[in-house]
Amino acid sequence: MNIVAAVITLGVLGALFGFVLAIASKVFEVKKDPREEAILSHLAGANCGGCGFPGCGGCAAAILAGTAPVTACAPAGAENAAAIAQIMGMEAPTGEREVAFVRCTGGVNAKKRFDYVGVKDCISATKVAGGPLECGFGCLGFGSCVNACQFGAMSIGPNGTAVVDPEKCTDCMACAAACPRHLIVSVPVSKKVHVGCANQDKGKAAMSVCSSSCIGCGLCQKECKKDAIHVVNGVAVIDYAKCVGCKLCTKVCPRDAILPVATAEEKEKYKEIKKKQAEKAKAAAAAKAEAEAAAK
Amino acid sequence: MDQIYQLLAITLGAILANNFIFSQFLGICPFLGVSKKVDTAVGMGIAVTFVMGLASAITWLVNKFVLVQFGLEYMQTVAFILVIASLVQFIEMFLQKSMPSLYTALGVYLPLITTNCAVLGVALLNIQENYNFIESVVYGITGGIGFLLAIVLFASIRERLVFADYPKSFEGFPIALVTAGLMALAFMGFSGLSIW
Repeated sequence: MNIVAAVITLGVLGALFGFVLAIASKVFEVKKDPREEAILSHLAGANCGGCGFPGCGGCAAAILAGTAPVTACAPAGAENAAAIAQIMGMEAPTGEREVAFVRCTGGVNAKKRFDYVGVKDCISATKVAGGPLECGFGCLGFGSCVNACQFGAMSIGPNGTAVVDPEKCTDCMACAAACPRHLIVSVPVSKKVHVGCANQDKGKAAMSVCSSSCIGCGLCQKECKKDAIHVVNGVAVIDYAKCVGCKLCTKVCPRDAILPVATAEEKEKYKEIKKKQAEKAKAAAAAKAEAEAAAK
Repeated sequence: MDQIYQLLAITLGAILANNFIFSQFLGICPFLGVSKKVDTAVGMGIAVTFVMGLASAITWLVNKFVLVQFGLEYMQTVAFILVIASLVQFIEMFLQKSMPSLYTALGVYLPLITTNCAVLGVALLNIQENYNFIESVVYGITGGIGFLLAIVLFASIRERLVFADYPKSFEGFPIALVTAGLMALAFMGFSGLSIW
């Protein structure tokens, strides 16, 4: 009998408390903006921190409060940004998808000052006498950016520098924040020609530290028909708004510092074409001069 | 007058002589867990005081009007856990709605109290000591204040300890436990007070 009494008493007590809690949850319900949940569902959900807010929840609250743009979450992409814009009652933003790009192809080409054997981390490496590379601008290849990437888009390439997989990259720029050399920039995904060097030293100073460094010679600048590449602070920089991807600059670069690197054959071919063009121009000029002389 | 003396004795006993942490060793888990910073320690201490006071009142009523009536005193532990768990849930909802600032201040510590044995301890001790309703509530609140005092003192010491020079093997929890032990010894000095 005692067991029955205990079971019933505690059962009734439990049911009573449950009932009170159920009523309380209705009475004391705190209204949450349903849009916050909706926005959160359109974010990448990686809590990468690339937006500058504490996690995806913080970003969603900031977007709702209007302190962050609807495009605050780069990893979510344009599609989700448009969806968030719709939730917020705004027009969908337009613009091309961007991806990260590492402005260094040095790696094994770069000369080393000493062998670094410390912690495998770029920031730690730069703390030891400015890093093991002769080049003060180059990729150290210890993979701080690889660790920072939440999407598996970064890796250390075959020549020892970090490379980005544009398919996986979401442009969150967590890698850019992790790079002590500030080598990682955001570039439009459709553009294929990039300058693979960030060395701002000029001429000999840049030439002596790495075999694939930009020496700021300006050949590419002269060659470009679209005025899309300029030497700024001793290093070539591409204006992606103007670049059409003709790759002429890659063919004249004496240092193979512009990606995609042109092969020797391509370079020879282009040299020949240039030669022929020059001869033709010369011949044309000579003919013109002759004709002028005859006319006189 | 006797009643007032009795309450005073309970108060002094709960805060100093029979401090829940240093003499009865109840609620050690949050005492060690959330005592790294004084701010969080104060938050936890206030939350515990709050819940202990309310839990004392409600468990006393439940015991008197339900358990004793049906002769089920031996089910006290189970029934009290049930009461405390639902009480903490209820308080959380209530605070979220009516006192959002206090709710955010207490934050994660409120739900943690569900499993704080000091709260269950005070409920069971009230029955053991045959306290009446007012005495129970006073014992609950002052017990909570004792907890608050202990955890704030401990957190202050731990904050200072970070800069102290002690052997590397003592770093972190070992030195915290040594400190807690020494503080318990110090609080034993109050044990003479219990005569009064």
